[in-house]
Amino acid sequence: MSQTRTIMIECLRYDPEQDQAPHYRTYEVPFTDEMSVLEGLQYIKDHLDGSLTFRWSCRMAICGSCGCMVNHQPILSCQSFLRDYYPARIRVEPLEHFPIVKDLVIDQSDFLGKLESVTPYLVPAQPLTPEDGPNLQTPRQIEDYLGYAQCINCLLCYAACPQYGLNNEFTGPAALALLARYNADSRDAGQKTRMEVVNAEEGVWGCTLVGLCSEVCPKHVDPARAINRNKINSTQDYFLRFLAPFGRGS
Amino acid sequence: MQVIQSDVVIIGGGGAGLRAAIAVAQEAPGLSVALVSKVVPMRSHTVAAEGGSAGVIHPDDSLDKHFDDTVSGGDWLCEQDVVDYFVGQCTREMIQLEQWGCPWSRRDDGSINVRFFGGMKSPRTWFAADKTGFHILHTLFQTSLQFPAIRRHDEFFCTDLLVEDGRLQGVLALCIATGEPVLFQCKAAVLATGGASRVFGQNTNAGIVTGEGMGMAYAQGVPLRDMEFVQWHPTALPGSGILMTEGCRGEGGILLNKDDHRYLQDYGLGPLDPWPRPRAMELGPRDRLSQAFWHEDQAGRTLQTPHGTAVHLDLRHLGEKKIMERLPMICELARTFAAVDPVTAPIPVRPAVHYTMGGVLCDVHGATPLPGLYAAGECSSVGIHGANRLGSNSLAELLVFGRAAGLSAARHARETHAASAALQAQAESRAAVHLDMLRREGGTRVARLRQRLHEIMEAGVGIVREGPRMARACEQLAELREQFRAGVALDDRSRAFNTEWLTAIELSHTLQVAEAMAHAALLRQESRGAHMRIDGFEARDDERFLCHSLIHSQGDAPPRVTHSPVTITRSQPRARVYGGAAQNQS
Repeated sequence: MSQTRTIMIECLRYDPEQDQAPHYRTYEVPFTDEMSVLEGLQYIKDHLDGSLTFRWSCRMAICGSCGCMVNHQPILSCQSFLRDYYPARIRVEPLEHFPIVKDLVIDQSDFLGKLESVTPYLVPAQPLTPEDGPNLQTPRQIEDYLGYAQCINCLLCYAACPQYGLNNEFTGPAALALLARYNADSRDAGQKTRMEVVNAEEGVWGCTLVGLCSEVCPKHVDPARAINRNKINSTQDYFLRFLAPFGRGS
Repeated sequence: MQVIQSDVVIIGGGGAGLRAAIAVAQEAPGLSVALVSKVVPMRSHTVAAEGGSAGVIHPDDSLDKHFDDTVSGGDWLCEQDVVDYFVGQCTREMIQLEQWGCPWSRRDDGSINVRFFGGMKSPRTWFAADKTGFHILHTLFQTSLQFPAIRRHDEFFCTDLLVEDGRLQGVLALCIATGEPVLFQCKAAVLATGGASRVFGQNTNAGIVTGEGMGMAYAQGVPLRDMEFVQWHPTALPGSGILMTEGCRGEGGILLNKDDHRYLQDYGLGPLDPWPRPRAMELGPRDRLSQAFWHEDQAGRTLQTPHGTAVHLDLRHLGEKKIMERLPMICELARTFAAVDPVTAPIPVRPAVHYTMGGVLCDVHGATPLPGLYAAGECSSVGIHGANRLGSNSLAELLVFGRAAGLSAARHARETHAASAALQAQAESRAAVHLDMLRREGGTRVARLRQRLHEIMEAGVGIVREGPRMARACEQLAELREQFRAGVALDDRSRAFNTEWLTAIELSHTLQVAEAMAHAALLRQESRGAHMRIDGFEARDDERFLCHSLIHSQGDAPPRVTHSPVTITRSQPRARVYGGAAQNQS
């Protein structure tokens, strides 16, 4: 067992039934080298203060539940390690740009609505049934969208995005990356439906290319690239509307 | 109390619940569906499945082979008629997912690629690199969004099934954000709440896999079946329990003891060559591999790590390109959580609890003995896993039986009339019991109770079992339940997003599920599949125990266990052999 040290973890606390405003409380947490920030929070909950509230589930960076701000950076608490912050104290806060429900728990309903708005499913050119057998799709065609399909909806990109912070009407990085994922899929014919979201003021044009979304993404989804790609499509769409007023073949 | 009416309530938003919801929306139009889940659906534990899902498509494969691998893998405790239905539906479901957008890994010509898993005669596992569950879950969730009939209730924690006039008529839930009780009134419900691996300490599962779905049905008199069969996955990281997929071995990874010896050849899985070959060495079934680890450990041939003993999972010979293409997440996980780069070093692994073979008794349609209640996925015991689940069958199960249960629930809903008026009073009285926990003084902390549960189960009902230890575990679990009833000390007395309170309610179910496991295990005086005894019952005993265990709740008292026959249609039990011996047999 590696050596046990002690780190100070300062958590934002907010109980909607008691508190007028958020405040901070600091806990002294013994830790070993392999302990994550999540395990630090679990230690507090199990041994020091059962009222500290946070979301978590898989503890292996795939379910997207445990995003929070540590020292003002959006991170997944399950794959950030206390050893990397020690000996400084750490400050843990809920993800920025979202309303707080309680302590480190944010209200994610705005994001879920945006995800639903981008037609996030395949729209096949012709209806298929399993009896038709699987579509062919080469590894190269998969490469076109697989990166965007890695998004775990952890919302770190929304917490990092200054545009979303200024105006949460902006569709935002993860939802636009998902939109790009389906548009880039060789099996999909739904691009036209999705262009409405892309072209809207709060669509791709809301992005000012700061690129923090891609920097903080724990799954290397690169939403900034997805948004840029959508901008090209949006520009083409804009001009095509003048050139071909009745649309493309519809 | 708020009352929400819908035709079908689905409890759980993982793979089985989403597949059931889509089946109702798509194939039974006109019915309303409430999808109630304690987490937003894409957080469900299906997300963590790595290696893949079974479906016969390879030219060398056949439905008969899938049937035989499943039934022999389950040590002949499978319902063979159900297995026949299952293997016949798997490929259809894999194709359906493909058409919904799942990024299955492909061959160069664009056709579906499949890989070997343990215990398979032919390659059969459809995979999306090593994030198969993640892609399946997100595909299902996103696909479900196109159906307005599906009303989601994210972060609603179900506490009780409500029965009136001998049929299920409602589900009581707590809205997690506010703590307010909500009555979901319905004509039918599908239980899709996942397994109960968090009954044990060392496990591969997410924190939400706590078995309360099983507990809710059990409390209403629905028997749990075959709960003694718990799967230890042979390759998890020591300490955290994070899974290193069987796909590692499917792609050619090997297991080595501390002397760099491929020890599986000493446990009926060899000879070593020719390698690789199906159903031999590292491609043996999970129960045998985990049991082999236990013996190596006893013999002192394992490695010491800060979190217990381990063996080495070595992928190095696959080369960086193949590892990065087929097992990218394994690489990341090993680097992040074990500080090991699989390209250059072997990964220390040890068995951890992975899967609950047993569950809520149901038939091939997902119907439980309680009219109106259906079950699908890991919470259910539909009968395909027997005494040991074949790798890749659980994701396929979610889809095949999620759909079946959804359609059965829809049929039932169409034939059923509106709910009884007494339901609301019952909901109020159950809600009062839960709310009362917030007011009670004194008692034991949740973490202490949970820790004790883990100690009891690891010591008494582990990979290797003995009568006296299991009997002791049964007694200790009864004491622990008593301690729970005496009171749970909560620091958090508020209603809004009170996870400490919800964990306590969860635990009330988990303790009963644990007790069901321990009692069923104690009474099974033989070794079969994952249930291995070393106290004079080392052999399989078809004479006395070719039968299911049915565990019946007796409320606060310990459960009653009965046995029921196994459906055998075309595969008579024979010796279960792997490695060279298996080739001689077939």
